[in-house]
Amino acid sequence: MTELFNTALTPWEWTQLISFYGIAALMIVAALMVVTLRNIFHSALGLAAVALGAAAIYLMLDAEFLAFVQILVYVGAVVTLIAFMVMLTQRASHGKLVRQSNDQKTISFIVVLSLFALLIWKIPTTVWNTTVSTGNLADAKTLGTAFLKEYIMPFEVISIVLLVALIGAIVLARREPK
Amino acid sequence: MIVPLAHFLILSLIIFCIGLYGALTRRNAVGILMSVELMLNAANINLVAFSRFVSPQSGTGQIFAVFVMALAAASVAVGLAIVICIYRNHRTIAADKIDLMKW
Amino acid sequence: MLNYTNLIPLIPLIPLASFVILILFGSRMKEKAAYVSIGAALAAFALSVPGIMMTLKHQSVHMEWIWLYLGDRPIKMGFMIDSLTAMMLFVVTFIGSLIHIYSVGYMHGDKRFSRYFAYLSLFFFSMLLIVLGDNLIMVFIGWEMVGLCSYLLISFWFERMSAARAGMKAFLANRVGDVGFLLAILSFFWMFGTVNFEQMAEKIHQYQGTMLVIPAVLLFCGAVGKSAQFPLHVWLPDAMEGPTPVSALIHAATMVAAGVYMVARSFFVFHGNIEAMQVVSYIGCFTAFMAATIALTQTDIKKVLAYSTLSQLGYMVMALGVGGYIAGPFHLMTHAFFKALLFLGAGSVIHGTGTQDIRQMGGLMKKMPITAWTFLAAFVAIAGLPPFAGFWSKDEILLSTFNSPVPGHLFLFAVGLFTEALTAFYMARVFFLTFLGDARDKEIHAHESPLVMTVPLAILAFFALFIGLPGSPMAGHWFQHWLQQSFPYMHAHEIHLNFGVMGASIFLALSGIGLAYLMYIKGTISPDKVAQSIRPLYIYSLNKWYWDEIYGMFLIKPFLWSTNALYAFDVWIVDGVVNGAAMVARGLGFLQFIFDKYIVDGIVNLFGWVTQKSSRIVRLVQTGIIQNYILLLVVGLALIVWFKILENMHAVL
Repeated sequence: MTELFNTALTPWEWTQLISFYGIAALMIVAALMVVTLRNIFHSALGLAAVALGAAAIYLMLDAEFLAFVQILVYVGAVVTLIAFMVMLTQRASHGKLVRQSNDQKTISFIVVLSLFALLIWKIPTTVWNTTVSTGNLADAKTLGTAFLKEYIMPFEVISIVLLVALIGAIVLARREPK
Repeated sequence: MIVPLAHFLILSLIIFCIGLYGALTRRNAVGILMSVELMLNAANINLVAFSRFVSPQSGTGQIFAVFVMALAAASVAVGLAIVICIYRNHRTIAADKIDLMKW
Repeated sequence: MLNYTNLIPLIPLIPLASFVILILFGSRMKEKAAYVSIGAALAAFALSVPGIMMTLKHQSVHMEWIWLYLGDRPIKMGFMIDSLTAMMLFVVTFIGSLIHIYSVGYMHGDKRFSRYFAYLSLFFFSMLLIVLGDNLIMVFIGWEMVGLCSYLLISFWFERMSAARAGMKAFLANRVGDVGFLLAILSFFWMFGTVNFEQMAEKIHQYQGTMLVIPAVLLFCGAVGKSAQFPLHVWLPDAMEGPTPVSALIHAATMVAAGVYMVARSFFVFHGNIEAMQVVSYIGCFTAFMAATIALTQTDIKKVLAYSTLSQLGYMVMALGVGGYIAGPFHLMTHAFFKALLFLGAGSVIHGTGTQDIRQMGGLMKKMPITAWTFLAAFVAIAGLPPFAGFWSKDEILLSTFNSPVPGHLFLFAVGLFTEALTAFYMARVFFLTFLGDARDKEIHAHESPLVMTVPLAILAFFALFIGLPGSPMAGHWFQHWLQQSFPYMHAHEIHLNFGVMGASIFLALSGIGLAYLMYIKGTISPDKVAQSIRPLYIYSLNKWYWDEIYGMFLIKPFLWSTNALYAFDVWIVDGVVNGAAMVARGLGFLQFIFDKYIVDGIVNLFGWVTQKSSRIVRLVQTGIIQNYILLLVVGLALIVWFKILENMHAVL
């Protein structure tokens, strides 16, 4: 790793480095919690932690707008919804006797690990087409303009998708009238 | 940004693989849904990182990330409804018990 | 300026809009829903008139847009109106509009009235896609959608088990054909790099000979499914479970003709491709003959008409197969008019009497005069009496067959002629039994149908009688020359009248009708005695050549048998061991016997055992557990990543 940083680092850069790896470590631990914990409610808390960590990563990447949207949508809405789900289905998911993972644990692990190995082998050696930022970074204003200009069509479509999902969710979850 | 792009990608890859493993092995449908959310978050980190490192001025990756979030929210909402529906009808949300489409 | 070319998409889109409106708000509109649908159909008709007029002036209209990019290659979609399309447009929108109007009367009071019209509009949209599309993909999209509409409308009264089953049967039989069609599209795309009809026709000469045989036959498979040719014909008679106007529109005039249209549209694939043409013509001929013999004995008026439709479709397919690329579409058009009229007339009779059995009818001429006279018009048209529509188109087909380059064309010609006599006979039988003589069932109080049904009948009757005239020698074969525009790759050749063929066809038609007259009006020949004297043939025809039973025996039963065979095998193992022990003790005398048993039973059981075991193994793949599937997906993903990496490494090296 040292050859990556052959120049002397300023204190601000040190702060960035340490916070990135700290947050990354926390996120990985939280993600592991999500998939391994027996108590599904604790898993949901882990997911909240991952979402918060991702928001912090976005902040580091100068995507403030996205960071706040992330907190609002994930921590505010998604995790809350999931917590609801957990409570509503508690009887089916709780109890020490209920197995939490299915029969394909080993093979899944091998497959995922091989996919992981393939990608992690290639990522460091790939040359990415990166540029050094010179002008203004994209901010909320840039995004807003883009949404209403170049991306107006996808934007409208995603709005309709959300609306349809909303209606669909209501229809599905509603109790059938007797 | 002093941290190289590859490290963001590796972080995203790790979280993605953890999520994938969860989606493959969790029996609880809610757990699967959460694992999928993990994977979507990993993809978002990827998008934002590329946006920052490849075209910092346009913010295209961030726009994509916003779309992904919208879809994630939609999928959770519909997923919640489906899980509740299945729970109501079958009294279980174990994914390997729900094989109604089997021959 | 309002350019007509830009208006073409509206022709299918207006019915689509009508479908959307009706499916969303139809139930609230009650019977007013019909106006929306009829309005859309009439609008489509009105919009297609300028296009038809343009083809009369030997112009064609073409518009296209880029649908998507495959790599750098744009895939275009487009609408095209040339004379073949114009003919189909006229048939579909004109007959379709009339049937819409007729349906108001027929479906009056049905509890899913608006739903029916919504489906009709959807059908209209899909059929117009097939007709207007300038490439195979668009035709295929429309093709699948008419299949869906057909399914929905056949099982429209799904409370009846038979209707629900008939819908499913139609869907499954069509799927078999559609697989062939899809494979044909893929192979054309692979060969030509395009599926646009015009471009394919230009490139076709690069692929003469045997290379084209398999794609052409696959393409024909699609037509076999949709146009209900042997061996996929079994669905069409059952499709009569749907409402009668649907039978008229979809299962007689338009949708089933789509297969014929499609083969005509892509005739460049078949032209000069003798092996493929042979397949097409023999299948058409066989279907025509087989269906006509079945129609002789059926007693359900709709079943007779259904088998008649099969037979006439077989005629069209045979025409295309022998190279009569004008004769096939010509008969398609005349047939659409008189067969729609026959079905609507039958619908009117069913509406008026409440029965479908011709044995219970009789003497309806007095009670339902308009229906009877229009039915008579359709009857003379289909029977091939000059100068009415069916005569000219059938004559054209017989002439093409007579002059065909396909080996064995004289045999096809003879069968075609004989089928014509059969057609005249069974249609006369239906007409005489239904409308003439005395009322046989006093319980039935028939009444004439309302105006909304009889007016379309009258209009159709006019066309059924005279639509053939533009193709007759009196008009200088104007129709044939007009249609020739759609086949620029074919040499137009002069049509030589052949009075021998014409005379034979008239003679056979008249003798068919005469025989029916003697049997059912005069009574000089007793139908029962005739049936008695050729009893095996009679039973064979009455049971529709046992096709359903044969399919049941060879496709469905083996499935069930394989299960039993495993059981038998288990029994045999146990028995075999016991017997083996006994055999040793008792000596070699029984060896022969056991050996026989082993051979006979063993081979039979082995088949069952192999089927059962192999299906068990295959069945394991379908666990029904979603996560197994996802796991396989991820394995696939990992493999793709792996291959991509390998590919890049080679590229770098």
